[in-house]
Amino acid sequence: MRAPLGRYVVRRLLYALPTLLGVTLAVFLLVRLIPGDPARLIAGLLASDDEVQRLRVELGLDRPMPEQYARFLASVLAGNFGLSAVTRTPVIEEIGIRMRATLTLAVTSTALAVAAGLSAGVLAAAYHNTAVDYAVMMAALGGVSVPVFWLGIMLMLLFAVHLHWVPAGGSGTPAHLILPAVTLAAFSTAIVARMTRGSLLETLNLDFVRTARAKGIGEGAVIIRHALRNALIPVVTVVGLQFGTLLGGAVLTETTFAWPGLGRLLVSAITARDYPVIQGIVIVFAAMFVVVNLVTDLLYVAVDPRIRYG
Amino acid sequence: MSPSTRASDTDKGVRPTLPSAGRSAWDRLRRRRTAAAGLVVLGMLLASSLAAPLLMGDPDAVDFAAVLQSPSPAHPLGTDQLGRDLLTRVIYGGRISFLIGALAVLLALAAGIPVGVISGYAGGTVDLLVQRGVDLLLAFPGFLLALTLIAVLGVGVTNVVVSVAVAAIPVYVRLVRGATLVIREQTYIEAARALGAGDRAIILRHVLPNCLTPVIVQSTLQLGAAILTAAGLGFLGLGVRPPTPEWGTMLGEGQTYLLSYWFIATFPGLAIFLVVMAFNLVGDGLRDALDPRAGARG
Repeated sequence: MRAPLGRYVVRRLLYALPTLLGVTLAVFLLVRLIPGDPARLIAGLLASDDEVQRLRVELGLDRPMPEQYARFLASVLAGNFGLSAVTRTPVIEEIGIRMRATLTLAVTSTALAVAAGLSAGVLAAAYHNTAVDYAVMMAALGGVSVPVFWLGIMLMLLFAVHLHWVPAGGSGTPAHLILPAVTLAAFSTAIVARMTRGSLLETLNLDFVRTARAKGIGEGAVIIRHALRNALIPVVTVVGLQFGTLLGGAVLTETTFAWPGLGRLLVSAITARDYPVIQGIVIVFAAMFVVVNLVTDLLYVAVDPRIRYG
Repeated sequence: MSPSTRASDTDKGVRPTLPSAGRSAWDRLRRRRTAAAGLVVLGMLLASSLAAPLLMGDPDAVDFAAVLQSPSPAHPLGTDQLGRDLLTRVIYGGRISFLIGALAVLLALAAGIPVGVISGYAGGTVDLLVQRGVDLLLAFPGFLLALTLIAVLGVGVTNVVVSVAVAAIPVYVRLVRGATLVIREQTYIEAARALGAGDRAIILRHVLPNCLTPVIVQSTLQLGAAILTAAGLGFLGLGVRPPTPEWGTMLGEGQTYLLSYWFIATFPGLAIFLVVMAFNLVGDGLRDALDPRAGARG
């Protein structure tokens, strides 16, 4: 029995909401777990006693916990993450400024990982058990094992310091994007390549592919036109799940290349103990991840007509 | 019919065997050879870490007469900005990385296995609550979760271990819960219960031993992942406190001198790369050897 797709979409959306609520609750509780006075923490080390007291009343830190959380949630929903304890600017503005850089990096890397990973995976499957296959699998092993920050530094040494092909760090021109995007894409590329290869090898063994071959279609067309479409279904999920690793990697990549994104802001906020900024970025990152997973699940239904959700 | 054949029969019903396309005998042999290579690399790195105090001098010995020296016979990997011998520090760094990785995985196991078993075995409301908790932890991308915990707890070896472990717990809860759900429905469990075995006995004698294989495979891979996460924290300056020789921290410090002194950042990173790759090779090999039905990862 097939339930209407619409109902599944609605249910999946409703299911993401409690997770997002939980994220805000977890972040709220975490910051209150820190030993010391939360008002002092949120106000920052430079704040005067008066300022701390004003903040305590303003944030309702003298109220019971459930009420505090309700207030916190209400302001987060309104896009109000408070003021940075260091710069005194609204956290939401700081996040807004950096968001573009992080999204540019994450989207470019994902596109790169899908393009390179798919091609490599298809090549490995098409030339199964040959030198091509082994080379792809070795490279993929390297990709899942290499520390992203070290890869970044090595690429920087080679292409920026020695060859002067691209800038070593910073941002502004498309050339600045090349090294960070390639670095960040390495892990996901490897995962997509492994998944594509494995999935394609399984699909190539199925009856419908044998039928296509029996009709006398060339092997290239069999792979591209018949097998790949089916093999792609699990790859979609993997790309979505990779996005989490990608966000974590973005923190390291942005730091390596002085890329002015959210990850680098998060690291400097942690170093400066700027809790309002930490709170805001962690919530935004988790929300991005939850939304990407949601979209992936919906895409999965769209690409695979065999799946029925009752 | 013996319990073991019964178990595999039912397993096939739950998890159908896939066509063995990618799994020719040659394929399996090659994988076993690479796993052996991983084991050799791992053994060498572990042995040198353990023997570090016997082999090398003081990793924190500062020598201002020999700062930032390129690799030479006296200092095979060069020296850092304080004239400390990098080979000594890289070898000592292995002690910290292996220690953090092992403790983090043990902690994650200690928390994840009981919670996973209880969640899968009890079912109902307990299961629902545990699963929502796992979903919540998984809403934070792994490295970000560890980073957030460090932001709250502060830096230092203990806090790095705790942060890395918490990020790994959901993996084990899911894995063990899944295995428990399958085992719970086996006929031999029903038989044991009919013979008067209590929940405790069933969990200890039947459920846990049967979870062991996937847990061992996952833990090997997780060791590499834990070392990588800890090194990432160190690289950001949010890991182990200096001057403790930790690979990620050394790499982060080395980046400052990258333009003129490539070796400071290069060798600690190479060490991380080798260890993580070795754990991945051994983990993949173990999976093939212990659980041939699982197939190649990805």
